[in-house]
Amino acid sequence: MGRPRGDNAMEKNLIRADRTALAPYTAWAALFIVVPLAFVAYYAFTDASFNFTFENISRFFTATTQTASEDGSVREIRTYIVIFMRSLKLAAISTAVCLVMGYPIAYIMARSDARVQKTLMTVIMIPMWMNFLIRTYAWITILQDTGLINRLLSAVGLSPVHIIGTQTAVVVGMVYDYLPYMILPLYSVMAKMDVKLLEAAQDLGCSGLGVLRRVIWPLSVPGVINGITMVLIPSISTFYISQKLGDGKFFLIGDAIEGQYTANNLHFAAAIAFILMILLLICMGVMRWLTDKKRGGLA
Amino acid sequence: MDKIIELKGITKSFGETRAIDDVSLDVYDNEFLTLLGPSGCGKTTLLRIIGGFEKPDEGDVIFMGRRINDVPAYKRNVNTVFQRYALFPHLNIFENIAFPLREKKLPESEIRERVDEMLGMVVLRGFEKRSVSSLSGGQQQRVAIARALIAQPRVLLLDEPLAALDLKLRKDMQGELKRIQKATGITFIFVTHDQEEALSMSDTVVVMSSGQIQQIGRPIDIYNEPKNAFVADFIGESNIIDGRMPKDFVCTINGRDFECLDGGFAPGEAVDVVIRPEDVDIVDPAAGQLTGVVSSVTFMGVHYEIIVDVAGFMWMIQTTDYVAEGQTIGICLEPDAIHVMKKSEFSGMFGDYSCFSDEYEEISDPELAAAAEEE
Ligand SMILES: Nc1ncnc2c1ncn2[C@@H]1O[C@H](COP(=O)(O)OP(=O)(O)O)[C@@H](O)[C@H]1O
Ligand SMILES: [Mg+2]
Repeated sequence: MGRPRGDNAMEKNLIRADRTALAPYTAWAALFIVVPLAFVAYYAFTDASFNFTFENISRFFTATTQTASEDGSVREIRTYIVIFMRSLKLAAISTAVCLVMGYPIAYIMARSDARVQKTLMTVIMIPMWMNFLIRTYAWITILQDTGLINRLLSAVGLSPVHIIGTQTAVVVGMVYDYLPYMILPLYSVMAKMDVKLLEAAQDLGCSGLGVLRRVIWPLSVPGVINGITMVLIPSISTFYISQKLGDGKFFLIGDAIEGQYTANNLHFAAAIAFILMILLLICMGVMRWLTDKKRGGLA
Repeated sequence: MDKIIELKGITKSFGETRAIDDVSLDVYDNEFLTLLGPSGCGKTTLLRIIGGFEKPDEGDVIFMGRRINDVPAYKRNVNTVFQRYALFPHLNIFENIAFPLREKKLPESEIRERVDEMLGMVVLRGFEKRSVSSLSGGQQQRVAIARALIAQPRVLLLDEPLAALDLKLRKDMQGELKRIQKATGITFIFVTHDQEEALSMSDTVVVMSSGQIQQIGRPIDIYNEPKNAFVADFIGESNIIDGRMPKDFVCTINGRDFECLDGGFAPGEAVDVVIRPEDVDIVDPAAGQLTGVVSSVTFMGVHYEIIVDVAGFMWMIQTTDYVAEGQTIGICLEPDAIHVMKKSEFSGMFGDYSCFSDEYEEISDPELAAAAEEE
């Protein structure tokens, strides 16, 4: 604001200078992002002797397993489709829980004074500095049948709950791991929100809930989208959490990739990763398109 | 005329800062009332107390006979035009204006009709589908006014609504606001630090300084009968000179007695004497009641503004006759050119032009001030 005119040319020069300065970084980023991706694709479409094949891709969609259902009859299911759907379900639940928990936290954080903001930020970041295996083990000791929760429950005379080895335990683990990735983007849009807009809404007749529904929520949508992206993607491909907290009962797509990899089926592992990536890209594309469309309709 | 708002002994502090200090004020129905004062004197805080965004520490806010200290902002029949408009960026112009009606869940047909009427009033028909960011400052301003008026409040609060506009646009909007106020009959409480704006638009002017009201009155009374040196200096240009009142209707300045129209002071009481620059007659030195030496002359278009050294005190005089720098002139004062005020805490602080420089346009909007500093 208030910048004298005629500075534009200089600014452009500056940007150009910036680009030149960034060139080594760009090369570096290309090396570390594009090259591994290219290798994943290469492995996904080749067999053990590196001849081109669709075999790995089609195996993902067609491989079947026999399972016994409750009435004793044996059914045939598409192994990886089922695993993928299960991963998607757990990831979606975790993302939803993260959103419901993260939204008010981010809001309170954005509206408190600078010192409180800093403290809360640190508290939220601390778990991220801890190794994630350690975090998962910590949750085992909290959730197991003789763990912290059940000891607390029996101390106050309540009956114990069985959590470890259930989907709930897996969701708890994922939420704990990924909640910061939901809070941070939400916090960043909310901190930028002009308090005057909230006052204007009140002035024009909105109660607290009305302000939330008509102003805060629509203005925070970009943060919500970013948050969902940041949580959904890693939680869909997570591994290990489910093995440990779910007692290995909920085999997820991440575990499948890890399993194939450790069994030295590099090409099939790459194919699963590749398909996962494409599906996520499609998901994100649809989500952005939907929100852009909503925006366009309003503005 | 009925009182619509009464403020009784309002006090409000932020930590150590006393933003409002025992303010009492009556606002009447249908009037255009202006809160005028330098930046930081508490105008915004007072407006926010009326709007329901701040709670007074002490005192009562009475709205149409009812105490509303504890009524939340959204339940008050008062709307605000915010200092920087605060339009909703996620809504188009139509939806911004319709915002309060949607909250009341009115039928779509009524909403369309009333928004259209408002758009007509602020001359923005055809802008319905536009986004907020595609509008100029003046247009955003008008949207903010339409949005605040559509719910038909009893009182409209406007916090320096014109401060961000350039001079030409500001003049147009002053007329526009006055027209809208007359057409709707809604009470306007208008905040500004620009005395010219306050005098030209208002029915009532409230002059404030450091959280206190200095004077309440019609613009012409505030100008002609300032209560103290602060008001005299803040409203227009004033020479404020030490004087004495030996008896009623006689005032002594620089050892010389002048006939005047004021009385009621103790015999010999020390007073502040206000002399407006345009009320001074320049005559031949021999015929003058006082004499002085011209120290500077500035051509202002219609008149000259000259600074005259009268026995060591610098007077500002406005004249249409040319005088030369260094010339000795005579000064004559008619009785109605002399306005006598009691001494106050502000005595001696204002009204001497010895270090006169063109008063800079004060900027109270923090963002604008920051921008101005950058340049
Ligand atoms: N929220 C606040 N916190 C602390 N001090 C404030 C706050 N709002 C206003 N003040 C102080 O109160 C005084 C009056 O401010 P304000 O009402 O904004 O004045 P004006 O609108 O006349 O410029 C100033 O000294 C200002 O710094
Ligand atoms: Mg202000």
